[in-house]
Amino acid sequence: MAVTTRRPSPPVPSRRRRNAPARYWRSRWAEAQHSWRLYWQLYLLVIVPVAYFVIFKYIPISNAVIAFKDYNVVQGIWGSEWVGFKNFELFFSNPVFGTLLKNTFILAFYLVLASFPIPIVLAIALNEIRDGLFKRSVQLLTYAPYFISTVVAVSMTILILSPRLGIVNDALGLFGIPAVDFLGDPNYFRHIYVWSDVWQTTGYSAVIYMAALAGIDPALHEAAKIDGASRWQRIRNVDLPGIMPTAVIILVLGVGNMMAIGFEKAFLLQNDLNLAQSEIIATYVYKTGLVNADFSMATAVGLFNSVVNLCLLLFVNFAAKRITGKGLWG
Amino acid sequence: MSALTTSPLSRLRRKPVAKERIREPFRDRVFVVVVTIMLAVILGLVLLPLVYIVANSLSSASAVSAGRVTFWPVDFSLHAYEVALNNPQILRGYYNSLIYAVFGTLISVTLTVAIAYPLSRKNFFGRNVLMTGLIFTMLFSGGLIPTYMVIQDLGMLNTRWALLIPNAIGVWQVIIARTFFANSIPEDLHEAAMLDGASELRYLRSVVLPLSKPLLAVLALMYVIFQWNTYFDALVYLKDQDLFPLQIVLRNVLILNQRNVGAADVAQQLQQQQLANVLKYALIVVSSLPVLIIYPFVARHFTKGVLVGAVKG
Repeated sequence: MAVTTRRPSPPVPSRRRRNAPARYWRSRWAEAQHSWRLYWQLYLLVIVPVAYFVIFKYIPISNAVIAFKDYNVVQGIWGSEWVGFKNFELFFSNPVFGTLLKNTFILAFYLVLASFPIPIVLAIALNEIRDGLFKRSVQLLTYAPYFISTVVAVSMTILILSPRLGIVNDALGLFGIPAVDFLGDPNYFRHIYVWSDVWQTTGYSAVIYMAALAGIDPALHEAAKIDGASRWQRIRNVDLPGIMPTAVIILVLGVGNMMAIGFEKAFLLQNDLNLAQSEIIATYVYKTGLVNADFSMATAVGLFNSVVNLCLLLFVNFAAKRITGKGLWG
Repeated sequence: MSALTTSPLSRLRRKPVAKERIREPFRDRVFVVVVTIMLAVILGLVLLPLVYIVANSLSSASAVSAGRVTFWPVDFSLHAYEVALNNPQILRGYYNSLIYAVFGTLISVTLTVAIAYPLSRKNFFGRNVLMTGLIFTMLFSGGLIPTYMVIQDLGMLNTRWALLIPNAIGVWQVIIARTFFANSIPEDLHEAAMLDGASELRYLRSVVLPLSKPLLAVLALMYVIFQWNTYFDALVYLKDQDLFPLQIVLRNVLILNQRNVGAADVAQQLQQQQLANVLKYALIVVSSLPVLIIYPFVARHFTKGVLVGAVKG
C-alpha cells in the first residue's frame, strides 16, 4: 500500500551530482505521507482556518500589486495597466508627504517613549507594597480603562477637555487662565493622543512586568537584604535587571509597531482644525482610498507604510539582539 | 537578627513559630510610604475621569449644561438614561453589537482552536511553515484597500458577514491557544486515548476541549471585547444604518455632533441642547457598562491569557 501510493520521485538532475538534496526531499515527502495517513483529521481541521488566512491576509498582499498599476474597476486588478513606481513618485513629490511622515513618526515615537517607562514604574511600585485590599484595588482599577472602547475613550477625552464645559478648563479657570480649545489647536493633538493612551494602557501593560517581577528568584532579594541593601537599591540592582529581557521585548514590539499606529484613535480625535498635526499615514490612506476612491494611490501609500514598518521591526530586533543578546525570536 | 544574639539554649526553649518581625530600616519605611502615596496618586488620575463622567451622567440636564458638576452628581436625575435607553437608534446598535459579539466570538473561537490545536501537535507535518505563515501576516499586510477589494469581491460589503469573518482569527490568540495546548495537556492522554481507539477529532472533542475551559474562556473574552469595542470595520464596510454596531452609533452621536453646537435661541432648542449634553455622558456609561461589569470577574483569566502569550513571546 505504502509503496503503490508513492509518487514518482522527482526527475533526476542531468548532471550526476551528489543527490543528497533529492534524498532529503524524498524522505521529507515520506514523512509527510506518514503523518497525513495517521493524522488526516488534523489536516482536515486546519483547512478552513488556512483558507481564511489565504483569502483575508494573503490575497490582499497579492492585490497590493495595484500600487504599481493604474487600477480601474473595469479592467480589474490584473488587467489594469502597469505604471511602475509612478504612484510612489507622485506620493513622494506630494507636499503632503513630508507632513504625513513627520506627523506619523513624531506621534509614534512620542507614544512609545511615553508608554514604555510608566507601566514599569507602576509594576515596581505595586511589587513594593504589601498584598492587601489597596494593592488589589489599584491593580484592578488601573487595568479597567483598557476595556473601554476607543470611541468612548475619545468621547471622554473630548468632553473632559471641552472649552466650555470640560473640567480641565474649569480647573484652569480657577487660576485665571482663559479657556483653551485643546482639540481645536494642532499643538495639543499629540499630547492628547499620547496621554489618553497612557491612561488606557498603563495598567494592562504593568501586568506583564508584574509577572516578570514575580519570576525573579527570591534568593537574590534575600542575599541583597543580608548585604544591607535598601529597598531602592534592591529595585535598582535586582528588580530592574530581572525585568530587563521582558522590557526589551516590549520595547522592540513597540518600536516595530510604530508605523502601524492606530488609525482608529487618530481618526476620531481628528477635526478640521487640528489636521496640521493629526493627519497621519493611516488616516490619509483611508481618505485617499475610500473617500476619494483612488485605490492605486492609497494602496501605494499603505504599502510604503507596511514596508517601512517591517524594516523598522527587523532593524530594532537586530539591534536588540546585538545589545542584549535577546530578540523576538530567541 | 535577635535570634543570633540570644544563647542557643534560649533559642531552643522558644516556640519556633513565634512571630517575630524585624522592623525595616527607617529609610525603607519612608520609601514604602512614598510608594503608597504615588500609587494613590496614580489611582486618582486613572479614576477621576471615570468618576467625572458618571457624576455628569447622573445629574440634571441644566446642571450639566451650566458646568456645575465635578465629581458628585448635582440635582440627581436618571432622565438621561431613560432617554438613552428609549432611543431606537441606540437600542438597534445595542442589538447589533450583541449579535456581532455572540456570533463573532463563536466563529472566532472555533476557528482559532481548529488551527491552534493541530499546530500544537508535534506530529503535524509542516507546523513550522504554517506558523511562520501566520506570524508573517502579523508583520506585513496588504493594507486597507487590497483587503477592502477582497471583501467587495466576496459580496460581503454592507452585510453582517463583513464584521464577523474578515477579522475572525487573531494570530496572537492562535499563539496563546497553541502554547496552552502544548504545555497544559499531558502527552500521555493522547496515547491513552489512541489505545482506546479514539480518533483525533474524538480526542480533541472529548479530552482536550473539556480540559481547556480556562483557555476557551480567555479566548472568548478577548474576542467578545474586540467585537464590542471595534468600530473600524463597520466604518469601512457598512453603509446600512440598520446594521451599525453600537460603537458607530456612539461615534455619530458623541463625536460627529461635537462641532455643530449651533447658536440656539429658542427655549425648546436650548432644552434639547442641554439634554444632548447630558445624554453624551449617559451614553458613555451605558455602552461601557457591560464590559466593565464582567471585567472584574474575568480580569484574572484575562491576565493569564496575556501572560501565556508573553511567555512564548
